[in-house]
Amino acid sequence: MGVRTSLVRTPTARSRGEAAIRAALFLAAILSVVTTILIVFSLVRETISFFGDVPIADYLFGTKWTPLLAADQQSFGVIPIVYGTLYLTGIGLLVAVPLGLLCAIYLAEYARPRVRRVIKPILETLAGVPTIVFAYFALTFFTPEVVRGLGIQVNQFNALSAGIILGLLVLPTIASVAEDAMSAVPESLREGAFGLGASKLQVSLRIVFPAALSGIVAALILGASRAVGETVVIILIAGGQTANLGIDPRESYQSMAAFIAATSRGDIPTGSIKYETIFVVGFTLFAITLLLNAMSIRLVRRYRQVYE
Amino acid sequence: MTGAQIAASARAQRSVLPEASGRDRFYSTLFRLAMYGALGLAFLGLGAILYDVAVSGAPRLSVDFLTKFPSRIIPANSGVQSALLGTLYLMLICAVLVVPLGIATAIYLEEYADRDRWYNRLVEVNIQNLAAVPSVVYGILGLAFVVRGPIGLGNVLLAGGITLSLLVLPVVIIVAREAIRAVPPSIREGSLALGATQWQTIWKQVLPGSIAGIATGIILALSRAIGETAPLLVIGAAASPRFNPDGLLADFTALPIQIFVWTQDPNREFVELAAAAILVLMIVLLLMNSVAIVLRNRYEQKW
Amino acid sequence: MRNHHVLTALLTTGALAFGVAACGDDEEPTSGGSSGAKTVEGLKGNIAIDGSSTVFPFAQAAAELFNEENPDVKISVGQSGTGGGFEKFCAGETDISDASRPIKDDEEAPICEKAGIKYGELQVANDGISIVTNKELTVDCLTTDQLKELWNKGSKVKSLKDIDPSLPDTELSLYGPGTDSGTFDFFTDEINGEEGVTREDYQASEDDNQLVTGVSGDPGGLGYFGFSYYEQNQDKLNLVGVGEDEGNCIKPSSETIQDGSYKPLSRPIFMYPSSKALARPEVKAFMDFVIANEPKIAEAANIIPMTEEQLSEAKSALQQAESGA
Repeated sequence: MGVRTSLVRTPTARSRGEAAIRAALFLAAILSVVTTILIVFSLVRETISFFGDVPIADYLFGTKWTPLLAADQQSFGVIPIVYGTLYLTGIGLLVAVPLGLLCAIYLAEYARPRVRRVIKPILETLAGVPTIVFAYFALTFFTPEVVRGLGIQVNQFNALSAGIILGLLVLPTIASVAEDAMSAVPESLREGAFGLGASKLQVSLRIVFPAALSGIVAALILGASRAVGETVVIILIAGGQTANLGIDPRESYQSMAAFIAATSRGDIPTGSIKYETIFVVGFTLFAITLLLNAMSIRLVRRYRQVYE
Repeated sequence: MTGAQIAASARAQRSVLPEASGRDRFYSTLFRLAMYGALGLAFLGLGAILYDVAVSGAPRLSVDFLTKFPSRIIPANSGVQSALLGTLYLMLICAVLVVPLGIATAIYLEEYADRDRWYNRLVEVNIQNLAAVPSVVYGILGLAFVVRGPIGLGNVLLAGGITLSLLVLPVVIIVAREAIRAVPPSIREGSLALGATQWQTIWKQVLPGSIAGIATGIILALSRAIGETAPLLVIGAAASPRFNPDGLLADFTALPIQIFVWTQDPNREFVELAAAAILVLMIVLLLMNSVAIVLRNRYEQKW
Repeated sequence: MRNHHVLTALLTTGALAFGVAACGDDEEPTSGGSSGAKTVEGLKGNIAIDGSSTVFPFAQAAAELFNEENPDVKISVGQSGTGGGFEKFCAGETDISDASRPIKDDEEAPICEKAGIKYGELQVANDGISIVTNKELTVDCLTTDQLKELWNKGSKVKSLKDIDPSLPDTELSLYGPGTDSGTFDFFTDEINGEEGVTREDYQASEDDNQLVTGVSGDPGGLGYFGFSYYEQNQDKLNLVGVGEDEGNCIKPSSETIQDGSYKPLSRPIFMYPSSKALARPEVKAFMDFVIANEPKIAEAANIIPMTEEQLSEAKSALQQAESGA
């Protein structure tokens, strides 16, 4: 009655400070968006410039990739290096997926807790080994001793070595993430199955595996993404600066990432068409990676099991 | 049947579960073999790699190796001082850039952002996409924007640091968010109920509670950053410099680049040096990983 | 809260590491002295060199030997390729350009001129492009015509037998430099008749080391690169003699390259210092050192040194450039 009350909160120093902090944090978060914009922008600008000189159809559907040769021999069909990327990734996954999943099932379902406690951290550490280590090993030991030692006649730079090493590289990642997914399946599901008389094999393959499917798919796509983007192993081992559309793994192939790194080492001047090819290929690679990522998100959502 | 007869017949049975058929047992054994085989192959392959590197490189490890520079005329006199210091400097620049930005973004996304707003969802999806982009593309970004283009630093130490920071920033954000999310809402609610502002709650309750997880994540992200070769190749790190970077705007190299250059040299001596340099890199990474594990074990909060 | 201490500890460790690293500057001089290098008190500065990967070992060896007497001069040597080197040089980004062929009068020199960059052209050594094959692919001699048949644009030659029935029929794995390389320019010009014209299905690399690895690893390996890279890897490679006609095959060696009898693939290699850079005492001292100690540097780098005559010509070219002509 004599006391005035207000339902409107007047801004105090405290709440102004809060608002300022919130704004600052928002700005920090925006930086990530800015980064993406920058990536896309830097890639797109040169890409557009590139397509001013080379028709899109030639790029997307051409089957000859010789951008670094003299002008009249230049050819800008991207299919060979996309093919090379997929081919090498394919060999890698052929190695990594079966081995990785088997390892994951072992760790999640069969291994004794003590064994698991030792092996799991080792796997996670192995997933963090720099790729240059794998490349070194393949170049100095694997190709000359193992592959040639088995009598397989390969080029010095070949897809077989590169693919197998690539597989070894992504194997720890696939195994680790898949194992996480399978461990997350509640015991009750297993116990129920055992109670109904299922064998361990049946429980692992028919109960746990499908239940963890979304995580396993995520693991596979994660491995595939790493393989697609891998640069150093390919440069050192699959070597070719000549793109190849064949199917013989004993020959050398070129991947998009390797092309980018190998070309930019030659330090090509800004503005030339060779410079622009780095960006066009980079943009293509970026697009493929986004596609894989989107697929991963959608598949994970589709197969995700919600436990109680 | 009497109770005794039932008990007798129960005792006679070996198990309550049905006997596995011969065929089931065959598949089980086969599967076990496959698993052990896979495990064996995987560890054989990965172990061979580490063994080969260790055996080739160990003989060349010495304090000299750490303090000398690469030599063209007497390969045996080469060392990795410039590369090692380059790597350490890069790690520091990364840390300085990534720690504040990463934590700030994570705090914003977890504590302040309204998930229903489109721009917040955009930021989230963005970060997930960025984490999946190959490192080579970050190299291109660095080349186009930081080395040449608007910022135009040239291929110098700072450019390398910025590029690597952009590379690991999404990972740091994701990890920091997980750590912050692990702090139970009850802690926050209690603090607010006692009259603290949101920021005070975060600064005094949430952050300290999640700092172990955040620190671990940062260390792991940094170890990823210094193991990367591709972005530095694209930017144009120097090959075998005989001097250390003397400032942010100096030419630089890093261990992965030095290893790369030496591995390609047909001269067997340089290849062995590459193995030794790999060992140096792995030791640095192992140290960082150990620090991360120790941090996690000692300071992890169990709620 | 004890968890703040974790953060503080991390930050302190980081700062300490930075401090230690910043103080850890130590340089070990390599063995051997050199003549004629004046240790001007406190010569300091940065020298940026870039260009040909053929000249790269020479420039690196020169830098290393120079550093023995002048440890405070930081010399960075890149190997972007002859073409790439000139681009940077004419953009003012480097002080000295390494080249395995002379600067192009039609394409590159005008750019330098437009940018106001004057320079000197100094021969610093000799090189020959060697044709090499894998040790198992024995061939002793190829004529220039045969080489053209093998390497020309549109060539479908799959094995040496296609060129000469007496040669082995192993399927070839071809290796050669990429298109930014002076070696590439020179080879295509001399053998195929026009610079830049080549068959396309060979494994190209700007890195001569990769080429050596490739040829020595494939039973059908055949490639071309600078002689010094052959010399350093003699035990892994088979050297092929080149002749203008059947009878007179010459294998590249120090002598045949120096006296020019290894034709047509002998060539001089150059360093181009800019006059502006030469005005700086450290750059002048470095180039003086290079010319004064050229035989020693060439030997250290496994590159073929110049003759007396070539040396004195280089000296006068340097003097001209230093005086800013």
